[in-house]
Amino acid sequence: MSEKNIKVLIVDDFATMRKVVRNLLKQVGYDDIVEAEDGVMALKALKTHKIDFIISDWNMPNMTGLELLKAVRADAELASTPFLMVTAEALQDNVVAAVKAGVNNYIVKPFTAEVLNEKIKKIMDSIGK
Amino acid sequence: MRWLHDIDERQPMNVKFINPFLDGTVSVLKTMAFVEPRAAKPYLKVDNLAKGDVSGIIGLTGSATGSLALSFSEAAILKIVSNMLGENIKSLNSDIKDAVGEITNMISGVARKHLEAEGFYIQAAIPTVVSGKDHSITHVLGGPSLIIPFEIDEGTFVVDVCLNE
Repeated sequence: MSEKNIKVLIVDDFATMRKVVRNLLKQVGYDDIVEAEDGVMALKALKTHKIDFIISDWNMPNMTGLELLKAVRADAELASTPFLMVTAEALQDNVVAAVKAGVNNYIVKPFTAEVLNEKIKKIMDSIGK
Repeated sequence: MRWLHDIDERQPMNVKFINPFLDGTVSVLKTMAFVEPRAAKPYLKVDNLAKGDVSGIIGLTGSATGSLALSFSEAAILKIVSNMLGENIKSLNSDIKDAVGEITNMISGVARKHLEAEGFYIQAAIPTVVSGKDHSITHVLGGPSLIIPFEIDEGTFVVDVCLNE
C-alpha cells in the first residue's frame, strides 16, 4: 500500500482543529480521512472503518488521547494501528506516559504540513508500510 | 529577580512569565494562521473588562497557578481563523469560537513548555470561550493581570496573563 493511500482517522474535540489537520493532510496528499470528536467516537469509527493510521489529540473530554491509545493497544483487532499523538505540550511526563502506552510518535502543536508528513512517513517506514 | 508590581504589591508577577506567552503567541499564529503579530509594551490590568470581542480563557495549575486569556477584536480573529481554515469567514460563528479555544490551548502549551525550561511545571484545563462587546474576564486569582497587546494588519488582540508562584 502506498503510504498516501491510507485511511487516516483524525481525533480532536475542536472541529476547527480537525479541519486544520484535514487541510494539512490534503496539502501533502492524504485524501482518505475520517474524523471523530473524542476517544469514544474514535473507537466507534475504528470498528466501522478500516483505519490505517490514527492522529489523535491528547487533551479531550470523555476519553483523552492517552486513554484512546491504551484502548486501541488493548484491542487485538486494533492493536497494531499506527498512532500519532498530537499535543499542545511536550511535557516530559506526558511523553513518557504515551511511549509506555505504545504511541508510535507524537507531534507538538503548532505544526506545519511538512512536519506532519515527515512524522507519518517516519512511522509508516518504521512499521514497514 | 525583577517583578512587575506597580499596581498591587501583594500580588507581584514574575517577568519570567512574559516571554513564554509572547513567544507562544507569535509562534502559534505564525505557524497556524500565517500572520506575524507585532507586540507592544506589556502593562498591568486591574478591571475585568476584556479588550476584544471574543476571548478564550484557560486555567493553569502547578508550580505556578492562575489563568491565561486571549481577547481578540472581531477583525483580527476573522483574519486569523480564515487563514487557519483556508476559508473566508465573515462573522463570529461557531468556527471562530472553536478556533479561539484551540488557539488559547496551543499558546498555553507552547508557553508552558518554555516555562518548564525555567523550572515551572504547569498543567492546563480545557479552555472556555466568551464573546460579545465589553464582556468580562475573571481570572482564577482575581488579582491584576499582565496584558501583552498585539496587532496584525487587520486588527488588535491581547494576551492577558494572571499567574503567580
